[in-house]
Order: sequence, then structure tokens, then C-alpha cells
Amino acid sequence: MTERAPPGGGGFDISRAWTDERARGVIFQILIVLGVAGLAAFIVMNTITNLREAGLSSGYGFLFDTANFDINQRLLDYASTSTYGQAFVVGALNTVLVAVMGIIAATVIGFVAGVLRLSNNFLVSRIVVVWVEFTRNVPVLLQIIFWWLIMLALPRVKDSISIGDAAFLNNRGIFLPSPIFEDGSAIVLAMILVGVVATILVGRWARKRQEETGRTFPVGWVGLGLIVGIPVIVYFAIGQPLDFDLPEKKRFNLKGGFNITPELIALWLALSTYTGAFISEIVRGGILSVSKGQTEASGALGLRRGLTMRKIILPQALRVIIPPMTSQYLNLTKNSSLAVAIGYQDIVSIGDTILNQSGQALEVISLYMAFYLVLSLLTSAFMNWYNKRIALVER
Amino acid sequence: MSFKKIAGAIAVAGALVATGAVPGQAATLDDVKAAGTLKCGINTGLPGFAYTDDAGNWTGFDVAYCRALAAGVLGDANAISFVNLTGKTRFPALASGEIDVLSRNTTWTYSRDVDLGFTFIGVSYYDGQGFIGRTALGISSATELDGASVCIQTGTTTELNLADFFRVNGITYEPVPIETNAEARAAYEAERCDVYTTDASGLAATKTTFDDPSAHMVFPEIVSKEPLGPLVRQGDDQWADIARWTLNALITAEELGVTQANVAEMAAAAGDHPEINRMLGTEGSLGEMLGLDADWAARAIAAEGNYAEIFDRYIGPDSPLGLGRGLNALYTDGGILYSPPFR
Repeated sequence: MTERAPPGGGGFDISRAWTDERARGVIFQILIVLGVAGLAAFIVMNTITNLREAGLSSGYGFLFDTANFDINQRLLDYASTSTYGQAFVVGALNTVLVAVMGIIAATVIGFVAGVLRLSNNFLVSRIVVVWVEFTRNVPVLLQIIFWWLIMLALPRVKDSISIGDAAFLNNRGIFLPSPIFEDGSAIVLAMILVGVVATILVGRWARKRQEETGRTFPVGWVGLGLIVGIPVIVYFAIGQPLDFDLPEKKRFNLKGGFNITPELIALWLALSTYTGAFISEIVRGGILSVSKGQTEASGALGLRRGLTMRKIILPQALRVIIPPMTSQYLNLTKNSSLAVAIGYQDIVSIGDTILNQSGQALEVISLYMAFYLVLSLLTSAFMNWYNKRIALVER
Repeated sequence: MSFKKIAGAIAVAGALVATGAVPGQAATLDDVKAAGTLKCGINTGLPGFAYTDDAGNWTGFDVAYCRALAAGVLGDANAISFVNLTGKTRFPALASGEIDVLSRNTTWTYSRDVDLGFTFIGVSYYDGQGFIGRTALGISSATELDGASVCIQTGTTTELNLADFFRVNGITYEPVPIETNAEARAAYEAERCDVYTTDASGLAATKTTFDDPSAHMVFPEIVSKEPLGPLVRQGDDQWADIARWTLNALITAEELGVTQANVAEMAAAAGDHPEINRMLGTEGSLGEMLGLDADWAARAIAAEGNYAEIFDRYIGPDSPLGLGRGLNALYTDGGILYSPPFR
């Protein structure tokens, strides 16, 4: 396209293209695009040729083959007779589980530590400084192994720490009673749902009233009553339609109930404290970005310190805090792939087994990449939506 | 961007394209001879099979095969560059040509042979998957393991055998899959799991590393067939033949009484045993058929001795591993080790 002079005699001369900065820029950009595209095409062609020459089959058909291996933590029904595809889904859910648990815990830890670091109490703020600096400067893989070794150092199965013979803690994890829903339990669940909806409605009404009249309403207490109180009364009124499956000591292990593996706990603790340390610094930065005059003004109006933080400082600080938080959440999600070191069966751990059994290396790696890409984009999309919501509305 | 920067970027990209040539299926023998070293894939460290000696040299049962091959092909048992591979990286390394031969206690299975595009050249060790547990558990058989936690190393056939074994016996278990042998052992020692499972030879090797080996026992059940052997890429029959007959030469040498000590003397002049003569090149032209010289087998045997010598030195009854010959004895001694004849 650069070879044709533009119509209308705009003064473009092909022989002067090399001396014209703008034209040169266009030419080089085209060359670079061609170069990159060529390189990509070469890599793809090279791979396809090599695979064919090596006699390797490719494609995603292997996902329908029988997996033949077991997985210890499954959020879905899975047995060794299931397919590779199902194994992948189970692994993906395990990754999502630890990522969501980690994001929630890291956020709580980060906010608490960030606020405490600004505390006027010298001891509290120094302890937080030491903890933050230590945690965020040690590689997260070491921390994962550290927590795992701590979990392994817990009492052995036969010496389990037990709480009322219902919950147990040992180096094979935490064993909790699992609920068995009987007839009528649906009513209780429905009451909880009704309670949640009612609390939201009450909250809206209370805010409106406060805006109009200035009078506050104890939404928290009323909500607690609606969500917990009423369902509990109903539960007892209709004869406790809920039973528990208690973990029981067997020859080797505790059987029954609900088991949280030490690998999950170790990974969760490591990821949430590591990321929490970074978040605490973001939170501290966000709070410090709010002018001190705001605190003083709020004090002058007679607001208590806690209320000042909650209603004046944090809403303004959030605008600074949220954007960098997104990348922390993404980091946490991606760091969860280090799970393979301690044997938490996340998507990478299970995928590696599939890779080894089926030999479909490229396909498995491409599935990892697609999975993490989708997960990260979803997280970003949610955070961007939230960021827009809390952004300063200019009227 | 300045003109120079852009031109530089294009030059780099061009260079990448030019050098990233497609590796063809050229004769591996020619490549090895041209390079002057054999690229041999071995374990990252497994007592008896692949480990470093006091001087830091790789040695062991699997390593000895590579030394024999290098001696036969290149005339120098030390002309090897070792590549340490995990259970996960071994197959891509062989498929991509990063190594010429993989000698890393790898189980010969249908899908690896057929689907992954490799050629197994024989069996150097007949193994089977077993379990190790504490004697304090008070059980004598792996079928009593209902409800137990089992440590396994991921990315191996053991995961599949384990699932099959428990499924067939209708008992439940909790798998604890761990990436490396070292961490799996740590988890077992901390009693994260009740038993540890891997190939019986590996169990024997691992048991020697425990603080108190007598507190642990290997259960009698062998739950799978694990024929371990070296393998090469599919499609280069000449190279596969060289690799196959090097292993056969070591086995035949034991059968015919050719040892590291007497091989030089036997190869110097033709004796009265025709098969020895043919193998060692004093009669006939077997070496030539392989594309090698007449002395190749003599050099291969001289490197580390015959099969029995290698076995006894690294994993036999008098080594720390203390493995018996069992199935790995010659067919004439009640085992199933059997080499086709050199003729």
C-alpha cells in the first residue's frame, strides 16, 4: 500500500519514503507485524511438522478416555473410571476453591494488617511491620512447604486432637461432621434465604430513613435475628430435621464426616498470608492517601474513631486500593499452581498426571493456559465492575 | 523508535527463524559420532540405579548401560553427557532429541511404545509395584489396607496400578500424590500416609535411607508388572538395533562367561566357542551389520562388565540395596532373562 501514491497529489513520493519520518514509521510497523506473524506461523508449522514426523497423535479426543487414577479431593463425583475431561474439571474446581478461599482470607488479613500498621500503638504497628516484611520477602513456594511441614508435624491419627469426639485435627487434616439433610430441612434453608432477603430490604429502608430523618436503625442486630434467630427457632419447632455424620476412628484413618486435607490448609494459609502482606501495604497506602483533614473534620463532628474509619476514610481509600488489589488477586490465583509441590490436586497437578499418562503435552499445556486466562479475565472483569461502582461519581 | 533499533529487532527475528530449523529423523548414530558424546537421559537420583559416587561421577545400574553403549559406539565409556530427568520431563526430552537414549527405570507399556512414538529396546530389570509400611501397623498384606492413606509419586504408572489394585480388591484409600521421591518419602516418614508405593526396586532403595529400616516392611503383594528398560525414539531402526544388541551383549556375556576381566583376552583372538567369537568380532561380521566396527561388543562388555557384574555391583545382594536376582536371573538359572542368539 505504500507503493501507490495517494490520489490527489498529496505530495507523497516513494523515493522520499526513507527520509520521511511518518512514512518510515508506517513501513517499519508493517514489516514488524509481518515478521511477528511469520515467526508465529513458523512456530506453529514447525510444531505440526515435528508432531507428524514423530508419529504423535494430537487433538483433544483424549479427554474422553478413561483416566484410571484417583483424586483425593473432589468437589464433583469422580472415580478412577471417569474420563480425563472430568479429572480436569475436578482439578479446575480445586484451583478455584483455593483461589476463592485465598482471596477472601488475604483481603481480610490485608485490611486488618494495613489498618493495624497505622495504629498509634508502637508495639502493634512494629509487629505488623516485621510480619509484613518477612512474609512478602520470602518466596511463596518456601512458605507453602513451610506450612505443609507444620501441618505434617501435627499429632498423628491415633493421637488426634478431638473436640467432643465430633471434630478432629491431625496431620491428615481437619475432620468435621458433615450434615445429613432430612425431611423438613428444606424449610429451615428456605427460612435462612427469606431472612437474607428481608435483611437486604430492611437495610434499604433504614438507609432511606437515615437520609431523610437522620435517625439510625440497628440493621446488624435485626439482620442477625432474621437470618439466624428465626431459622433456629423453626429448626427446633419442627423437630431438628438435621443429622450429622461424625468422623469415626478406623484402623488407619478417620472415616466419615468431612475432611479438609492438610495440603489445602497449607496452601490456603501460605497464599493468603503472602498475598495478605502485599494487600496490607496497598491498604496502608490507600488510607494514607486520604487527607488528614478528613479525620480531623470527622472528629470535629463528633464521630467515633471506628465510625470515622468505616464511613469516612475507607470509602475514599477504596478508590486507591481496588485497582492494585486486582493484580494481587490474579497473582494469588496463579501462585496456586505451586500446589503441585505439596501434592494438592489442583488443575496443574492433575493435568501433569494426565500429560504423563496420555502424552498429550501441548494439548494439556494449552488447557492450563486457557483455564488461567479465563479465570484471570473473569476476576479482572469483576474487579473492574466493582471499581466503577465505587468510583467517585461526578455530578 | 529509531531506525537502528527496528533494524536490530528485525535482524534478531530473522536469525531466530533461520536457526530454528526442523530437526529431521537423521541417523542418530551419525549424530552421536559427529558430537563425540552420547546424550543419555537418567534419573535425578535413585540409590543403586543412578547416583553420584564420591568423585561426583554418575554411576549405577541404569548409568552402566549408557556407559556400555557409549563404549560400543564411541569407544569411550566416559564420552557421555548425562541429562537428569524427572518422571514428567523424560518423554518430551527423548521425543525432542535432547537425549539419544533414555535409561531411567522406565516401564515398558503398550501406550508408551505405540502411542508416544518410542521404541523400547528390551528389559534390563523386571520389576513390579509394591508397598512399604510400618511393621507397627500390624498387617501382613496390602489387601488389608482398606481406608489407608497411600503416598505415591505422580506422573508414573504407579498411580494407575494403585487405582486398579484398590478397585479390583473393592477397598477404599486416600491417594496422596507427591511430585518427587524425596518429598513423598518425607510425607511417609511424617505419617501423612500409612504406606508408600512404588516399584519394588525403588522401595528397597528408599528403605535403605530410613533412620531405622527394620521398622518398615515391604508387603508381599506385587501389584503390577513393571518391565524396566532403555528406550529410543521410534523411526531410527539402526539406532534401536545398536541399543538393543548392546543390552543383549551384556546378557549374553553373562550366559557365556565373558567378564570384564577376561573380555580383552577373549577378543584378542578367536577361541573355540563360535558364539563368543561372533559376538566379540573375531569371527564373522556382526559389528559391520550394525554400522559399527568388529570390537563394539567387546568394548561394551569391558566398560562395566557383563549383566551379572553390573547387577551385583550396584543393586545385588551385597550392595546396600540387597536385591536378589529373582526374575532377573538368566533363564538357565530359573529367571526369565533371555537374549536372542548372536548369529
